[in-house]
Amino acid sequence: MDPSLLLQLAFGGITTGSIYALVALGFNVVFKSTDAINFAQGEWVMAGGMMAAWIHQQFGWPLLTLLPLAVICVALLGLVSERLSVYPLSRPSPMAVTLVTIGIAIATKAMVMLLLGKQPMSLPSFSGVEPIRVGGASLQPQALWIVGLLIATMVGVHLFFERTLLGRAMKAAAADREAAALVGINVARTVMWCFVIAAGTGALAGIIITPITLTSFTAGTVLGFKGFSAAMLGGLGNLRGALAGGLLLGLLESFAAAFISSKYKDAVAFVVLLLLLFFRPAGLFGRSQVQKI
Amino acid sequence: MHAQISTTTYRALAILWVLLIALPWITPNNYWLNLATLWLTNVLLVASLNLLMGYSGQISLAHGAFYGIGAYVSGVLAAKYGVSPWIGLPLALAATGLVAFAVGWPTLRLRGHYLAMATLGFNAIASVLFVEWRDWTGGPNGLVNIPPYTLFGVKLDSDRAFYFLALAAVGVALVLLLNLLDSRIGRALRALSTAEVGAECMGVNVHRYKILVFVVSAMLAALAGCLYAHHNAFVSPESFDFLVSTMLVVMVALGGTGNWWGAFLGALIYTLLPELLRSFGDLELLVYGVSLVVVLLFFPRGLGGALDLLCERIASRFRARESNIHAAGAAANRARPDS
Repeated sequence: MDPSLLLQLAFGGITTGSIYALVALGFNVVFKSTDAINFAQGEWVMAGGMMAAWIHQQFGWPLLTLLPLAVICVALLGLVSERLSVYPLSRPSPMAVTLVTIGIAIATKAMVMLLLGKQPMSLPSFSGVEPIRVGGASLQPQALWIVGLLIATMVGVHLFFERTLLGRAMKAAAADREAAALVGINVARTVMWCFVIAAGTGALAGIIITPITLTSFTAGTVLGFKGFSAAMLGGLGNLRGALAGGLLLGLLESFAAAFISSKYKDAVAFVVLLLLLFFRPAGLFGRSQVQKI
Repeated sequence: MHAQISTTTYRALAILWVLLIALPWITPNNYWLNLATLWLTNVLLVASLNLLMGYSGQISLAHGAFYGIGAYVSGVLAAKYGVSPWIGLPLALAATGLVAFAVGWPTLRLRGHYLAMATLGFNAIASVLFVEWRDWTGGPNGLVNIPPYTLFGVKLDSDRAFYFLALAAVGVALVLLLNLLDSRIGRALRALSTAEVGAECMGVNVHRYKILVFVVSAMLAALAGCLYAHHNAFVSPESFDFLVSTMLVVMVALGGTGNWWGAFLGALIYTLLPELLRSFGDLELLVYGVSLVVVLLFFPRGLGGALDLLCERIASRFRARESNIHAAGAAANRARPDS
């Protein structure tokens, strides 16, 4: 086996895996605070990419402006969606929140289609397309951006949850709603912030992948699906799990496409997922919990 | 299905079916008849998922795939190997049941979203296989030339004949389902849906019953798939993808999770929605998403739950009026000097 081919496959896997990890991060944040599966996550990823591409096409603004702008727009979208649909739920059971997010997902997709159009759109690479040669394999400069921004986001989110008052309040609310409310934490508001973070990080993922894959209003479903699988691989509700699950899923797909069949690459990833669920249901890094009845 | 299964439910079902038998003579054209046929198979799909969601509190995100396995197994056997659809039917049900058992057995032991996750992954695998096993399934272009059911040498391929077949099949399935819910098993299921731990303490083998519900539910979906395949004469992978599975979960919730008649309403919405929304054009998706959120916000127990509430209110008003009349009568009696 040619080592440069292996390296090439690893590069590809890590690039898509980083995107999956970012999407999985959003799933985990919402899952932690509501126990619900957030079906809107993939649509936010798509909305981020579409928004950035649209701003670029309309105004030609530089990356430094349009990236934060698009992220903020989608984060606001997450905020508004939460306030309009999750917050007013009279009994916010995990099932009810999950179902509501399906509604948010459909509505988000529709709004992007109506406002930004049905055409596939793209963004230029952040710093050229001249591939970098590493050990006989070629690496797109955009891949470095993707991995770099993934690491930055992971570190940022980690610090947010560990060091800031709001982040720690959110952790407390996720761990025990009643106890958190008793010490004066506004639990409903922490849920709102979780949606904001999920939408924002999702949008970032959508923006940085767009120069490689293009995007259109239909792209969200698949991205969400993959991100959710990554979140499950790593263990739902676990931030480090999102990183590991995302990278693992990306690498699995990349190697399965090369060594088994590109047609079956999706199936291979999901077979691994099922096996993992059967034998290690808490995910690779999740710890199974003893529940008191 | 927390509402008691009683003779009223059987009676109401019987009345509904008698009315439905008359439908072909009432409808102006076959467009409505075909919609009614579609509705019947959708009732089966939504009711089967409702059984699972209502009783075990678990979500299956693979009902589209089970529906598809039913359709493909029976369809491929008939179209490629000349096996009679009547033999294909039990084979398809058995295959789906086995697959559901394999997916459900390891995951239903666990508390939480594990069945949802496993079924989501399973639906993805099934979708890939429907496309890639080209020799059998015809790949992305779909499987063509699926023969219709025949009865005593007569092909049931006219709209009307198939409507009656679907009516009979779905009717039988629903009665079996009601019988199941009315039995000892049904009582155990009701117990575990209200208090799982309590049920376990009373000696209900929760794991076994959950698997039973899941397998039965998947097999009912497969039955719907068989009907669909031999009616449509053509099946293609996108009819059974993840999106279909998600929509079925949504329809159960819209009808009212665990509400027997809710499944009929959910299936009605699922059938009519594309027809209704067509007039909205590009706005279709937006209207759909927003109305979904609105229904979930204002009718947390679904449209079936809202209907129950309405019925209760009307009934209590009647009762109030009746007792008023009685009270008035009693007062009148008392006022009569000779009594």
